[in-house]
Amino acid sequence: MSISRQDIEKVALLARLQLNESELQMMTGQLAQIVAYVDLLAEVDTEGVEPMAHAVEVANVFEDDVVRPSLPREAALANAPHHDERGYLVPAVLGE
Amino acid sequence: MPEYSTIIGLEVHVQLATASKLFCRCSTQFGAEPNTQTCPVCIGMPGSLPVMNREAFRLALKTAVALNCEIPAFTKWDRKQYYYPDLPKNYQISQYDLPMSQHGHLDINDSKGLFESKRVRIRRAHLEEDAGKSLHDEVAGKADSLIDLNRTGTPLLEIVTEPDLRSPMEAKTFLTELRLLLTYIGVSDCNMQEGSLRVDANVNLHISAPQGNVATPIVEIKNMNSFRVVERALDYEAQRQWREWQETHQQLDEVPKQTRGWDDAAGVTRAQRSKEESSDYRYFPDPDLVPVTVGHSEVEQLRESLGELPAALRERLVTDRGLSAYDADVLVNQGRPVVDYFLDVTRRTGDAKAAANWVTQDVLRLLKDQNAGIDQFPVAAAALADLIQKIKNGEVPSPRAREVFQAMVERRLDASAAMNAVGISAVDETELIALCEQLLEANPRTIADVRSGKTQAIGALIGKAKKINPNVDPTRVREICLELIAKR
Amino acid sequence: MPVLQQTATELLRSLESRAVSSAELTKAYLDRIQSLDGRVGAFLRVNSDQALERAVEIDARRAQGKSIGRLAGLPVAVKDIFCAQGEVTTCASRMLENFRAPYDATVIARLREADAVLIGRTNMDEFAMGGATENSAFQFTRNPWDLERTPGGSSGGSAAAVAAGMAPLAIGTDTGGSIRQPAGLCGVVGMKPTYGRVSRYGVVAYASSLDQVGPFGQSVEDVALLLEILSGHDPLDSTCLEVSVPSYSKTVNEPLRGLRIGWVREHFAAGLDSEVEAAIRAVLEVYKSLGATIHQISLPHSKYAVATYYLIAASEASSNLARYDGVHYGYRTDETQMLTELAAERKQLERAGDRGGLERLDAPLVRMYRRSRAEGFGPEVKRRIILGTYALSAGYYDAYYLKALKVRRLIRQDFDRAFEKVDLIAGPITAAPANRIGEMADDVLATYLLDLYTVSANLAGIPGLCLPCGRSTSVLPIGLQLQAPALQEEKLLRGAQMYEQATDWHLARPPLVA
Repeated sequence: MSISRQDIEKVALLARLQLNESELQMMTGQLAQIVAYVDLLAEVDTEGVEPMAHAVEVANVFEDDVVRPSLPREAALANAPHHDERGYLVPAVLGE
Repeated sequence: MPEYSTIIGLEVHVQLATASKLFCRCSTQFGAEPNTQTCPVCIGMPGSLPVMNREAFRLALKTAVALNCEIPAFTKWDRKQYYYPDLPKNYQISQYDLPMSQHGHLDINDSKGLFESKRVRIRRAHLEEDAGKSLHDEVAGKADSLIDLNRTGTPLLEIVTEPDLRSPMEAKTFLTELRLLLTYIGVSDCNMQEGSLRVDANVNLHISAPQGNVATPIVEIKNMNSFRVVERALDYEAQRQWREWQETHQQLDEVPKQTRGWDDAAGVTRAQRSKEESSDYRYFPDPDLVPVTVGHSEVEQLRESLGELPAALRERLVTDRGLSAYDADVLVNQGRPVVDYFLDVTRRTGDAKAAANWVTQDVLRLLKDQNAGIDQFPVAAAALADLIQKIKNGEVPSPRAREVFQAMVERRLDASAAMNAVGISAVDETELIALCEQLLEANPRTIADVRSGKTQAIGALIGKAKKINPNVDPTRVREICLELIAKR
Repeated sequence: MPVLQQTATELLRSLESRAVSSAELTKAYLDRIQSLDGRVGAFLRVNSDQALERAVEIDARRAQGKSIGRLAGLPVAVKDIFCAQGEVTTCASRMLENFRAPYDATVIARLREADAVLIGRTNMDEFAMGGATENSAFQFTRNPWDLERTPGGSSGGSAAAVAAGMAPLAIGTDTGGSIRQPAGLCGVVGMKPTYGRVSRYGVVAYASSLDQVGPFGQSVEDVALLLEILSGHDPLDSTCLEVSVPSYSKTVNEPLRGLRIGWVREHFAAGLDSEVEAAIRAVLEVYKSLGATIHQISLPHSKYAVATYYLIAASEASSNLARYDGVHYGYRTDETQMLTELAAERKQLERAGDRGGLERLDAPLVRMYRRSRAEGFGPEVKRRIILGTYALSAGYYDAYYLKALKVRRLIRQDFDRAFEKVDLIAGPITAAPANRIGEMADDVLATYLLDLYTVSANLAGIPGLCLPCGRSTSVLPIGLQLQAPALQEEKLLRGAQMYEQATDWHLARPPLVA
């Protein structure tokens, strides 16, 4: 499948990346090349093949419902770029 | 009446009653200070990994079984991806194409017959983690929102119905019945104020038009915080869609699905802004979590552990205990503890009718007044049963029964003490016979009247007996007098 | 023999016999780092003071006869991808330049329990995405054998540190070859265990279904010992297997009888450097001389492995790296500048009367995300996020991501069939020895294709080990890759040890050190 600049713009918004003009151009070219290569998989007959999402296929891993101590709030917020000691601060989410 | 029917489907998010979160062991306790119940996993810190809560899965499975769902042998976890600051990983761990349960149903009916009983199909029920909270302090005029991640990762069961509901009242009834079921099986406290039960609705109209039936565009309604509000919002929205149809004649699939929020103060729904790209959630299997397999025996064990569900219980109260459908409904809708109280009173008195009358009228009225649960009610089932017995054997005269009950409630007394308190003392049978003898002796005319067939003449004696001793049981006085006259 | 030329196994004996103290040993390594790392650039940060303190403390415990761990007093270098409580973990990214984890990765906890001395953090490709350690946001790492060349990657810092004798042992991660390939290019031993053998808890994720932690050392024996310490079930990682861990360090010296070695027809196709091919053919002769039988096998889907790998790895990465948004931790753009930029764009759109443009203009929060990520991530990370987002997006999921998952199973089945006939598969780790720094800068696809020999093991989840097996005419190490069925690390290590014992490639040290 071919890749257009609009495809990359759309994907960049989905991925929350801001690309400038030259990055957009470069990315469009490189992605087109990579996608053309991975199109190679189309020739493989995968009729009836189960997808393999995990490298090792195990099931039913659980933990018991027993509360463990949480992080002190100070430690939880310590890495936040912007906080008021009670919570994380972000530009207003209203109107989004 | 406009020529349309309202088509409603519901999406209900229920918080499961676990102690810890779905994928980490932080507490799910409501009401803590912001960001005091978080850890690297629920903050989504680099390197952290989720581990599934066994109890959350069990409760979800139990609910699915109670909703008559099929339980597939294999289920898995998927990531639903969108950016929002209260979703710290920017993906939600949920279930997409292979949910843990599907194709169930819940029956609803109205005991007053306001709509036909019906089976509402459950499309699916799946587990997912909750997001946190974004708080925006508009009053303070701050430009920033505050993010609290305490709720992040709390286990939710999302229950999705088929669009089988045909009126706002049916929707409300479905929700009430669902909440009742969930509290009966003990999987959730269903507290809407604390967000443990949240409802979104999809609604549109099927309109009979000259060209045949047409459907209006489906609208999703959010921000409804009580069942009463759900009913109001759906009422409003159906009318709004009808007006819009008359103006625009827009049909399903001609416009993208719209999301509208309920504005309770204004009593209207308002369109919410949505971006085209936001619907591409890029679901894919979560590589950090392994699938879950569920065996037949596990499902059957859970089914057995469910206990009696509300619908079956109503049925039993009607067939086994002879209650009216209405009384059975009133009792069962109060929740299992009230039913157990009723059954206890019934067992002790052998009189289901009397027990039902006392519980549905007097007990429930007081509970409602005091906004209390049956566990806090001062009159235990045994005490109420004792009162009912005393009424039946004449120790408590029927007209004074409520007075005694009132004393039991207010002064925390048992039936006998309450009788003393209100001045009823049980009248000894010999004493009563002596009193009757004495009255007959003094009133030969009454004897003559009775003998000539005017038994109602006894009434005069009853009045006299009550003057002498207010505690006498009028029915008994009458019986004894008639017996004594017959013996003379 | 001077301490810095001893293997970890030998050093532990010297420490036990008190021929050397941990403080002396740690000091010697710190001095070596001091004198060489300016040229190599293996370390992002060296924990000189803490390491020495720790060494002194362990020496004291040893002197008092208190119980001590199995690596007591031995320095270990750590790839900068493992979280350690209170310490910076950058993943060689601006995004995490100041990130201090409030917790220990499970493997860090295991190293601490074993009383290892964590000597410093090694350089890597940003978020482990790359094969030359050139994608680090902070510095290049140079190959100790030739400072003009790359050490491979993404765990290039760990491989270079061990090769240059700046640490006897190191740990890394391997998502598509990131341990085995730099080990091969730097002439040391490196191993990727079975997926699920070692906990991933606290390892900053690149592609979760492929990432695996593993050891570097100067000998197979060293790697066996370190693997034994790292391995084992962890309730904090749902994908970590609940199986017992054999005593690799005890059994590694037992040769295998009746060993069947397979070589893969598809590995010897066009593009394989003739010197590398000759080295691998010589390996087969060595095994034959040791009594093994040699069998040709086929992995018919191996030509699809690179495409499959990049689709799956990029898809998972696009999701795993979504969390870096400047809200809860990590880099955040300058908000004042961001708002100024938005206001200017709005004004321009208004002036032009561009309604659609105004409609599409980012909300401040969205712009904050986009700028933070644009400024915090390097180009290769962005490229893989874009590729992965594309492969998972509506309309492309079936053709790319889902298709790749199906081909992944076919690749796994190829191995299952091959391992019915052979015990181990032997082959090249790369088509050629180390590249010059910057050589591949302009051809992204070509760099991806370099991974053709390594990614299959990650897709299939099987263990792989790389050890030195030759040197090119330009005196660069050539690596031998051995692969085994899932959970057969013991067999893999014993087979590798047979070869190492029969040859002396592992004894060679880069000219820089000698």
